Amino acid sequence: MKRVYPDKDYCIGCHICELACLTAHSKSKDLILAYTVERGSEGLTSCKHVHERGPTCVALSCRHCDEPACVAACISGALQKDSESGRTTYDREKCVGCWSCLMACPFGAIARHPLENKIVKCDLCADRPGGPACVAACPNQALKQEER
Amino acid sequence: MLFQPINRNYHDFSIVRDKDACINCKVCIRQCSYEAHYWDETRQKVMHDNAKCVGCHRCEALCPTSALLIQKKKSDFRDNALWRPEFIKYIYKQADSGGVLLTGMGSPVNIPVYWDKLLLDASQVTNPSIDPLREPMELKTFLGAKPVKLEFGKTKDGSPKLKTKLTPNIELNYPLMFSAMSFGSINFNLHVAMARAATELGICYNTGEGGLHKSLYQYGKNTIVQVASGRFGVHRDYLNAGAGIEIKVGQGAKPGIGGHLPGEKINEMVSVTRMVPLGSDAISPAPHHDIYSIEDLLQLIFALKEASEYRVPVSVKIAAVHNVAAIASGIVRAGADIVAIDGMRGGTGAAPGMIRDNVGIPIELALAQVDQRLRDEGIRNRASIVAAGGIRCSADVVKAIALGADACYFATGALLSVGCTLCGKCYTGKCPWGIATNDAKLAKRQNPDVAAKKMINLVHAWGHEIEEMLGGMGLNSIESLRGNRDKLRAVGLSDTEMDILGVKHAGR
Repeated sequence: MKRVYPDKDYCIGCHICELACLTAHSKSKDLILAYTVERGSEGLTSCKHVHERGPTCVALSCRHCDEPACVAACISGALQKDSESGRTTYDREKCVGCWSCLMACPFGAIARHPLENKIVKCDLCADRPGGPACVAACPNQALKQEER
Repeated sequence: MLFQPINRNYHDFSIVRDKDACINCKVCIRQCSYEAHYWDETRQKVMHDNAKCVGCHRCEALCPTSALLIQKKKSDFRDNALWRPEFIKYIYKQADSGGVLLTGMGSPVNIPVYWDKLLLDASQVTNPSIDPLREPMELKTFLGAKPVKLEFGKTKDGSPKLKTKLTPNIELNYPLMFSAMSFGSINFNLHVAMARAATELGICYNTGEGGLHKSLYQYGKNTIVQVASGRFGVHRDYLNAGAGIEIKVGQGAKPGIGGHLPGEKINEMVSVTRMVPLGSDAISPAPHHDIYSIEDLLQLIFALKEASEYRVPVSVKIAAVHNVAAIASGIVRAGADIVAIDGMRGGTGAAPGMIRDNVGIPIELALAQVDQRLRDEGIRNRASIVAAGGIRCSADVVKAIALGADACYFATGALLSVGCTLCGKCYTGKCPWGIATNDAKLAKRQNPDVAAKKMINLVHAWGHEIEEMLGGMGLNSIESLRGNRDKLRAVGLSDTEMDILGVKHAGR
């Protein structure tokens, strides 16, 4: 499947991918409202996080693993592996907020929702026509969606 | 100006932040290597210090909400035709520092740009124009000495055979090359990008005086290796790595002085490639200490030809200065296959401002004079002429070729294509666009894949435009334009200027 791969050699640590993720998952689809209003009122959180150490930085999010540990750990069936698309999907309604997936994920790519007993996880912008927002926004082509 | 020098507020730029659009996302803080933007913990918002802004526009370009505007600071000194603001600020700076004023990139001074005063011809009725989209158009260019005449013999089976022994030439698909920018002055990512772009385009890039990293030897067919007065990175393998060797005698931005790479820019990779200690300033001597005459130059040219077994042409690059035509004649007689002339508007990574802005002559005048002198002396075929220093667009290239150039070097344009905004702070080593810096965190702002693509696009675009202009003039080959000054007319130039350029006034 096509996954989003970060390139640590050319990630410049601008965090614009995080802003793109916020906007793509906001109600308003407007960066200014998403960042200044919805982050507080809705607990809107980026699925992508830029990690930095010294000159090295890299933008990480859910790897959509072939054999996802989070799916195996999920007690409510909210996390599933979609055999057709290859995505690790999340059903918010089913999630009971037990955080088993957070413990199980070897990449630390799942976050707690700041306001509700839910999780925040990359959905590869399933509903976005142009593909993942982070890939489209990266100013240095350090995020690539491709088959590897 | 609390706790600051008294002239600190006389800065060049102001950062204007749209309060409705700024979301305090800190992208500007992370992008600015001069720390003009900062996070104010007490106010819990992004603030800025105008005095630190160099006007590179990086924050403005990357601001995700377009909340930033970089403007010239509006504060004006009282009008004074003599003491213009730049001179006033120079005095303040030097009164503080006691040092030479350093600058980067080409001279911004307002001397005539002759490209703008020259107009091209086009065919009407009697000599039909050519449509390059429908008919073949030749931009292929060969650099190097050409024989006076060709002699043919016959092989045993009677077919014709060339008897004249040809000298090595550099073959270019476009009459363009990326001019010398040393590894160190710009970083490795851009050298990779230039090497890949030149290879894909079938043109050459020039290593500059900083040597060639071993991993780039694979692009040797599209590389000109430079030998400058500091001899940085010069050894046998290096001389044999490229398609040509260039002796850098002078640079348009700083005629009369050598290159200067500050120690801050010398990291491990640069140090190994240049063969200089880590962190030490790499200062090239002003002259080549083995060249004090044309005869000395001849010795070096032939030493390099020997070292490379006469497989590649040798170029000599000089800055455009007062007696450039006579100097070029000497260079050709000394055995150079290519003479590269760098005009006073040529770029640099670091040069004293006084030299950059006051020394040398414009490339247009130098080029016309050199071409004419070599023709008059009957030695024009013995060397190609490459014009450099202030080539901004494809029309400049066409005009340069009509004035007598075989090809043009361009570097500032190539840097602009990858983001440079000519802020002129290359010498600080903190280029926020990741160009003139070897700081690992900044250098990776240039992804070679992206940069190579941009350079390739630029040359393709110029190529198309050159073909259109040639076709318009009824020419189907760049060869037919070379030195064809009848295709040029001047507007608003004096008789002396037109005499030097060898062109007629428009209307004649």
